[in-house]
Amino acid sequence: MSQIDAVFATLRNSERKALIPYFTAGDPSLNHTYAILEAITAAGADLIEVGVPFSDPLADGPVIQRASQRALASGTSLSKILALVGKYRRSSEPSSGQALHQRNSPPIVLFSYLNPIWQLGIEKFADQARESGVSGVLVTDLIPEEAEQIKKTFDRCDLDLIFLIAPTSTDERIRKICSLARGFIYAVSRTGTTGTRDSLSGDLKNFIARIRKHTPLPIAVGFGISNREQVATVWECADGAVVGSAIVREIERSVEAHSGKIPTEVDLAKRIKGFVESLIPPRL
Amino acid sequence: MNQRYNFPDSSGHFGKYGGSFVPETLMAPLEALQKAYAEACSDASFQGELARLLKTYVGRPTPLFFAEQVTHHFKGPRIYLKREDLAHTGSHKINNCLGQGLLAKRMGKTRVIAETGAGQHGVAAATVCALLGLECEIYMGTEDMRRQELNVYRMQLLGAKVTGVDSGSRTLKDAINEALRDWVTNVDTYYLLGSVLGPHPYPVMVRDFQSVIGREVRDQILAAEHRLPDVLLACIGGGSNSMGLFYEFIDENKIRMVGVEAGGRGEKLGEHAVRFMDRVGGGGRPGILQGTYSYVLQDDDGQVALTHSVSAGLDYAAIGPEHAMLHDTGRAEYTAVSDQEALEAFQWLSRSEGIIPALESAHAIAYLKYLAPKMGKDQIVVVNLSGRGDKDVAEAIRLTEKKE
Ligand SMILES: Cc1ncc(COP(=O)(O)O)c(C=O)c1O
Repeated sequence: MSQIDAVFATLRNSERKALIPYFTAGDPSLNHTYAILEAITAAGADLIEVGVPFSDPLADGPVIQRASQRALASGTSLSKILALVGKYRRSSEPSSGQALHQRNSPPIVLFSYLNPIWQLGIEKFADQARESGVSGVLVTDLIPEEAEQIKKTFDRCDLDLIFLIAPTSTDERIRKICSLARGFIYAVSRTGTTGTRDSLSGDLKNFIARIRKHTPLPIAVGFGISNREQVATVWECADGAVVGSAIVREIERSVEAHSGKIPTEVDLAKRIKGFVESLIPPRL
Repeated sequence: MNQRYNFPDSSGHFGKYGGSFVPETLMAPLEALQKAYAEACSDASFQGELARLLKTYVGRPTPLFFAEQVTHHFKGPRIYLKREDLAHTGSHKINNCLGQGLLAKRMGKTRVIAETGAGQHGVAAATVCALLGLECEIYMGTEDMRRQELNVYRMQLLGAKVTGVDSGSRTLKDAINEALRDWVTNVDTYYLLGSVLGPHPYPVMVRDFQSVIGREVRDQILAAEHRLPDVLLACIGGGSNSMGLFYEFIDENKIRMVGVEAGGRGEKLGEHAVRFMDRVGGGGRPGILQGTYSYVLQDDDGQVALTHSVSAGLDYAAIGPEHAMLHDTGRAEYTAVSDQEALEAFQWLSRSEGIIPALESAHAIAYLKYLAPKMGKDQIVVVNLSGRGDKDVAEAIRLTEKKE
């Protein structure tokens, strides 16, 4: 059982749902990223998605595009992100003696485009990710048809390869994706790029039900979820809600508020902790 | 008998290159496109309509012109120019746009989006949309809007909406990102991609629609010379005019195929668009960009590099996946000329033959000075003159004046 499986199993047993914050690593710097990881953990995140910045984020809206640019400008790379995640994982329960990927801090899912991983090398990446205590990896531009080699390598390293399912996915494609997926299914709430939306798709319930016919895996919904009401709506039918652009926008506001000068790590962490807490509906 | 060339495979792979690397949301529209394209390929009425419009609207076949002054200048091989500049809208881009426009219509689409670099693809797309009554929106980097201003007006005149893109280097790559973002949001829209790039089926479909160039060249050169050429020469942005010329001859192993990339103003990463530069530090390596696996100019961390070329149509960090395979197998040769050499060829062809070439096509012309002196008088070269240079006149004057 992977750490992601364990987290969802525990939640399920207590009839709870997952809050999964996303943010872009290295925005505005990797030191801030470390502080944000701790803040989000303290705020009660169940899993954390860490975005790997890419020069050409074609699935992302303007907010994450700008975050990626800030992150690349601060010298962020995939190797540095892996090292940082390792440091974060080691810091939790240092006396427990467990392997990094079993520690009790929320499991880390890397969210990346394929090219940075490809250039590091699939094998090398998988080994390093494993050593750093990364639990899962979601590759935005990787479809199951092209995933054979990566899937094999990740399986060998016990890294969960997580796939997206879109509202446009046919039943045939949903079946194919579910047969390869591990950890959880990331259901894209609607067509479009990442970014906040005023309202959620009315079809969400049907969409989730369509996926459930093909898999017992937990389902998290993301793209466009930005406030507590929307998290609550998602929790009614899915197992987890991913909040991304809204958090990234909050980081950006903090940078803007310091009129271009970067806020201290303590200030930013405090602000993000408060924001993530405000996203959590009263737990039943 | 050699085995016939048979690429891509059914999922769009040219050897290890190509394929589909897109967000899952785009897979349903891509599968629908594959299916519609396969049906159109075997539908005689679709092919008949395409052939009719290529003839009566585009003005095909375009001439194969024996360039006597150019030939005389080098005192070497007989040099022919395939006059894609004389096709309607002034470049080869219309061949692909007409094919895809008819396909969009057949699929019942009402809205078309496209990216453009030099503006030639944008103009051709806007033209076909006007002809077929389709709504059209073109994404174009703001740097390209500046240097290809004439084409921005042409697109607007043709009824298209031109949307400027301000991210990255504000050129072709960024326009493609924005077009893909539009498509992932509006999945019912038809995305009319302009070169042999992107996810399957675009590289094969665009090649097929452009391969009319090579088919005409075969007939024309046989009529003029009673034999096939020795060398085919074309410039390479994404690689569509070159594939359009090469494909017909790909099984004729004695015919050399040479692609000319944009050497820009230096060898450092960021100063050129030479994806196949073998020298250390060139930065071109296999990677994944905008839906396909091919050679990509990038840094050590897999971040895509900025590029530079005097020619907007060649100013792009990746190259079509079929070229990646032809490069690795050695079936095609790839080389580059600099901004300066292209500008000189632009002026030289204008004066010597009375033909103003597009700055893109001028790259192919410029390479003749390296190629022709090594060839015999009994040999034949066909250069694809992919477009006309009216769009480049203002920018060429600006660049030449700056120097003087
Ligand atoms: C006249 C002309 N030639 C060549 C190109 C390069 O594209 P490709 O390599 O796809 O032919 C362009 C692109 O804009 C162009 O306008």
